[in-house]
Amino acid sequence: MATDAHGAAEGGLVFHPMDQFIVKPLFGHGEVGIFTLTNVTLWMALTVLAIFALLVLGTSGRATIPNRIQSIAELAYDFIRKMVEDVAGKDGLVFFPYVMTLFVFILFANFLGLLPMAFTTTSHIAVTAVLAMLVFLTVTIVGFVKNGVGFFGLFWVSSAPLALRPVLALIEVISYFVRPVSHSVRLAGNMMAGHAVIKVFAAFAPTIIISTGIGLVVTPLSILAIATIYALEVLVAFIQAYVFAILTCVYLKDALHPHH
Amino acid sequence: MEGDIVQMGAYIGAGLACTGMGGAAVGVGHVVGNFLSGALRNPSAAGGQTATMFIGIAFAEALGIFSFLVALLLMFAV
Repeated sequence: MATDAHGAAEGGLVFHPMDQFIVKPLFGHGEVGIFTLTNVTLWMALTVLAIFALLVLGTSGRATIPNRIQSIAELAYDFIRKMVEDVAGKDGLVFFPYVMTLFVFILFANFLGLLPMAFTTTSHIAVTAVLAMLVFLTVTIVGFVKNGVGFFGLFWVSSAPLALRPVLALIEVISYFVRPVSHSVRLAGNMMAGHAVIKVFAAFAPTIIISTGIGLVVTPLSILAIATIYALEVLVAFIQAYVFAILTCVYLKDALHPHH
Repeated sequence: MEGDIVQMGAYIGAGLACTGMGGAAVGVGHVVGNFLSGALRNPSAAGGQTATMFIGIAFAEALGIFSFLVALLLMFAV
């Protein structure tokens, strides 16, 4: 529906701001199947390589006085470990490797997506939904394994008046099942919206080629806007990875201690 | 002709869905503003509560993102 709005000939945008999210095969122009190598595959592999370079190669020296790369790796490790301990509690530390993996993967995917011409893998709900569904299943399974039927105590607010409890239980059940939706859509939505805004301004930037009069005003303004929003996006890339990890910890805390 | 009206409705709906952004803005501003006013009264306790602030922001923001999702669905899926 929006694809026919393309083209500079009509005076519209030179490119569509959503074009950057199209999944394309790396080789040729065939159909995208399950095993097709696409730009998503490429950027996910680069993400994993970058993480490997930081966390495995960077710390391989095991120096007592760490160099810069080892310091960054240790900082990230300590940061997430402290967060898991603070939010999920001491017994939540079993899940520290899982939360660390999620955080580092999302962080690097977000940052690599900010490179010009890069593909942001986390901007696709298909990617984030799998991550969020894994968290949801982990939390549900851990909750039932650790507490048995007592896990239903999460929905039964024992501190509320008895007459209110069934109503609250209904709300709690709904909010429990909305979790994977909001968890995944928050990350994908933030990434997609930010990158689309950058592309919208990028499409206004060459106005000076079409008309010098308006261009003298529009072009510098849109270039300034791109730079500013890019800086904001660097911040958002980190915050969203942090939020995803910390919400995982909050959900894990619910699974480990379901009583209100 | 009918297709045009459907398309018009989808575009108007996508625009209306953007009003949800205002709600998210008010919510996030409320969370951070209250955190800041509390933090300035007792700065020594503020450091331990930044994580809680981010959780609050995430919950407030999620509903704004849902309105963005509705706008996207109207633009590209309807």
